[in-house]
Amino acid sequence: MLGGCQMVLLAPSGDVAVQQRNLLLTSTALMLLIIVPVMALTVFFAWRYRASANATYDPDWHHSLPLEVVIWAVPLLIIIVIGAITWMATHLLDPYRPLGRISAAKPAAAARMSENAPPQGPLVIQVVALDWKWLFLYPEQGIASLNEVVAPVDQPIEFRITSSTVMNSLFIPALAGQIYAMPGMQTKLNAVINHPGDFEGFSANYSGAGFSDMRFRFRGVDRQGFEAWTRATREKGGPLGREEYLVLERPSEREPTRQFRDVAPDLFQAILNMCVDRAKMCARDMMAMDARGGGGKEGISTVMALEYDKSIRRGGQPIPPRSFVTAICTPADVYGTAGLTARVAN
Amino acid sequence: MTSYPEWWKLVFGRFTFEALPLHEPILVATFAVVVLGGLALLVLITRMKAWGYLWNEWFTSVDHKKIGIMYMILGVIMLLRGFADALMMRGQQAIAFAGSEGYLPPHHYDQIFTAHGVIMIFFVAMPFVTGLMNFVVPLQIGARDVAFPFLNNFSFWMTVGGAVLVMASLFIGEFAKTGWLAYPPLSGAAYSPGVGMDYYLWALQIAGVGTTLSGVNLVATIIKMRAPGMDMMKMPVFTWTSLCTNVLIVATFPILAATLALLTLDRYVGTNFFTNDLGGNPMMYVNLIWIWGHPEVYILILPAFGIFSEVASTFCGKRLFGYASMVYATVVITILSYLVWLHHFFTMGSGASVNSFFGITTMIISIPTGAKIFNWLFTMYRGRIRFELPMMWLIAFMLTFVIGGMTGVMLAVPPADFVLHNSLFLVAHFHNVIIGGVVFGIFAGIAYWFPKAFGFKLDPFWGKLSFWFWVVGFYVAFMPLYVLGLMGVTRRLNRFEDPSLQIWFVIAAIGAVLILFGILCFLIQIAVSIIHRDALRDTTGDPWDGRTLEWSTSSPPPDYNFAFTPVIHDHDSWSDMKKRGYQRPLAGFRPIHMPRNTGAGVVIAGFATLCGFALIWHVWWLAALTFVGAVASVITHSFNYDRDFHIPAETVLREEDSRSKLLARA
Repeated sequence: MLGGCQMVLLAPSGDVAVQQRNLLLTSTALMLLIIVPVMALTVFFAWRYRASANATYDPDWHHSLPLEVVIWAVPLLIIIVIGAITWMATHLLDPYRPLGRISAAKPAAAARMSENAPPQGPLVIQVVALDWKWLFLYPEQGIASLNEVVAPVDQPIEFRITSSTVMNSLFIPALAGQIYAMPGMQTKLNAVINHPGDFEGFSANYSGAGFSDMRFRFRGVDRQGFEAWTRATREKGGPLGREEYLVLERPSEREPTRQFRDVAPDLFQAILNMCVDRAKMCARDMMAMDARGGGGKEGISTVMALEYDKSIRRGGQPIPPRSFVTAICTPADVYGTAGLTARVAN
Repeated sequence: MTSYPEWWKLVFGRFTFEALPLHEPILVATFAVVVLGGLALLVLITRMKAWGYLWNEWFTSVDHKKIGIMYMILGVIMLLRGFADALMMRGQQAIAFAGSEGYLPPHHYDQIFTAHGVIMIFFVAMPFVTGLMNFVVPLQIGARDVAFPFLNNFSFWMTVGGAVLVMASLFIGEFAKTGWLAYPPLSGAAYSPGVGMDYYLWALQIAGVGTTLSGVNLVATIIKMRAPGMDMMKMPVFTWTSLCTNVLIVATFPILAATLALLTLDRYVGTNFFTNDLGGNPMMYVNLIWIWGHPEVYILILPAFGIFSEVASTFCGKRLFGYASMVYATVVITILSYLVWLHHFFTMGSGASVNSFFGITTMIISIPTGAKIFNWLFTMYRGRIRFELPMMWLIAFMLTFVIGGMTGVMLAVPPADFVLHNSLFLVAHFHNVIIGGVVFGIFAGIAYWFPKAFGFKLDPFWGKLSFWFWVVGFYVAFMPLYVLGLMGVTRRLNRFEDPSLQIWFVIAAIGAVLILFGILCFLIQIAVSIIHRDALRDTTGDPWDGRTLEWSTSSPPPDYNFAFTPVIHDHDSWSDMKKRGYQRPLAGFRPIHMPRNTGAGVVIAGFATLCGFALIWHVWWLAALTFVGAVASVITHSFNYDRDFHIPAETVLREEDSRSKLLARA
């Protein structure tokens, strides 16, 4: 009955997802060792000791040391086994860890030496979750793609992931498990696709009204296919500089697949630091200033003006000017004028 | 959009007539039904001249039994609302295929799944669990009331206040569109500027005060007010699980309050705790909310475990197998529940060591939980099982809960969670444990203790019908979601593209309809039982051949619960007393010191709710006024010295004599 539908998690096409599937099956099998007898005994005891059966009745039997040892020890043993597997698998399949193998048959090093091997190292793809679409940047190729990501078969991929506004989660079930995409932060995912084909990708973390259509296509292609795709993109794609990005970033739904060339090399870092708009201060600069002691009370007004303009980015009304504390009165300065003059001087 | 003059903003804050959802036919129809039903109820109460009775005997009551019953009524009402949301979601997902948008646009659908989660956890499961603990615990430990009777009444009305705000959001403005835990930055002012999030924040904050105080109350009650002889290891298991649950409440609800307060500051005064920029960090919110959120699920399930323990020993006619290991298991779960919160977001990118630590602690919880299952199993062994309704719920629970436990351990393996996280598999898992554990437990508890509360049993026919609809409905509704999860379908989607998924959503929707029948049969069961109450009457006070102290008093128990405080020698004390040939004292009664009813709880909670409403709509003058009102009524109440009275010995004698007559007739 279940064979009829595509259970992508049970029949994935990427090695990481395959290992995750195996882990699912192993842990399920281990637990069934105890679940099945418990369910069977529940039904059996319920039937055997029903009142009308007049079976042995021993109202004072309520303790048995050997039995209690067993009922604590058996689950403990199973959990020790699953726990050990978990410890190893979690480290081996850590999404941040570079891949150790291409597939069960091919270790990463051997793959590199074979003839149609990838050049060297993984293919880096920078991912930005936008409202409500996905942007994939290929820094080495200088190209980008909206709502579609193409990768060569059997070459490790390193995704570097961020988001422009709210949390999302990058998930391509056939390829590998998901990881959150968070604004102002970068997460990583290492994966590889072993079979060519078109696979579904989407956001797995609710992100607002357009969330349901935040889908994209993941295409696994052979090396020639990938070269052809990058070439075509370089020829046909539109440019993607900061200005174009700021337009693209505005909320929209069901955007068609689109390719870009001439991608600004520092675009991803600017997105990550929320300073694509050059009038905004980059988060890393702000943090560097804070690390040196910050701008002090006098600095507040400057920093606030450089705040990331979220409301415009989601197409809402501009945020009204906010009031904030610029001066604090002290016994020496009863009206708190020191900070105020500093601001006026600015 | 009409423009409103400046004075309007001063008087009505953010409220405009556009905030009334007059363009949403579903809401207008619901509103009409609620108004008509509400008016009918008001007219009925007025014509029956029941206002005085309701106010004096119920609303202002400090009797733990009445407050417990009021919590249960609140839970039933909110269950209907929360379940209506569930039906709408299932309906939407079953039809929104092949280009169809369904009938709920994202604006509406997103509110519905948020409200469903919030209502089911905070205003259905919590009131049910609190209600049962409130009613049963003092009776089980031989006490006459809880430690702080007025606080109990106040806690209840604060919970009602939160529920009222959530219900108000249906008709005035909107509710949050953020998911039930409202992760920032989505829930911040920048991305959720409307009143919906503020309804969420103030409803939970106000209800949370009630929950925290009720936790304090029950912890104090269990620690200080046990009958002589009942040392900790002689407490009934339900009392033990209640103690652990309330310790969890006291330790975790302040975290929720603080987290929501920080988010409130972000939204109201422009701080940057959880914003993207200016040093804010949304990951901090996710950690904090789950440091409350994970213990919360144990707050719900532990009392259910307690109920099942009582049910198992009563209906198997046997002492609970492994009492001590049951108690230790409960305590271990209580402690471990604090060490697992990160398993809700393995996918956030913590290192492998952090993820495996939290994965393994999560699995360790399954060991004491497994021990509990075995304890119930071996309680059945060599028992004499009477398949009354509570026992049926126990069997259904044992068979269902182990499946939920198994899928829970699967989700606890971090790399496996990477593919299952946020999927319908996860949704199926937590409904599997919450419905299969908490809800089944609550229904078992209701069937078990109803005769104690009202003096007559529930009708078994409609109860069994409800049982089968619920159990079958649960499997039909949620097994397809497991399958869909394995097909890589994520939660909270409003519409789908792949037509091969539709059949599973249709099956799930049919399951939801079966559960609807289960709920309706439950309501019919209550109605039928009230109508046939004379046939179902229990005059003994001990209809199930019970084993714990609540069954030693009459049904319903007198205001003072016990004419004399019982003395305990063994666990299953009532069973022990019956075995020793206990004789009920018939004379020598003394006046009994009892707390007096007060309306202060209603008044203070009313002010607090109104204050929350004013803050939601930025009606600052009303917020200030009601805040002052709340503080002033607290101060006023603290000068009220007329707080207690004595039930005269003659009244006690009269009550006990009437019971003697009933017992003689039985």
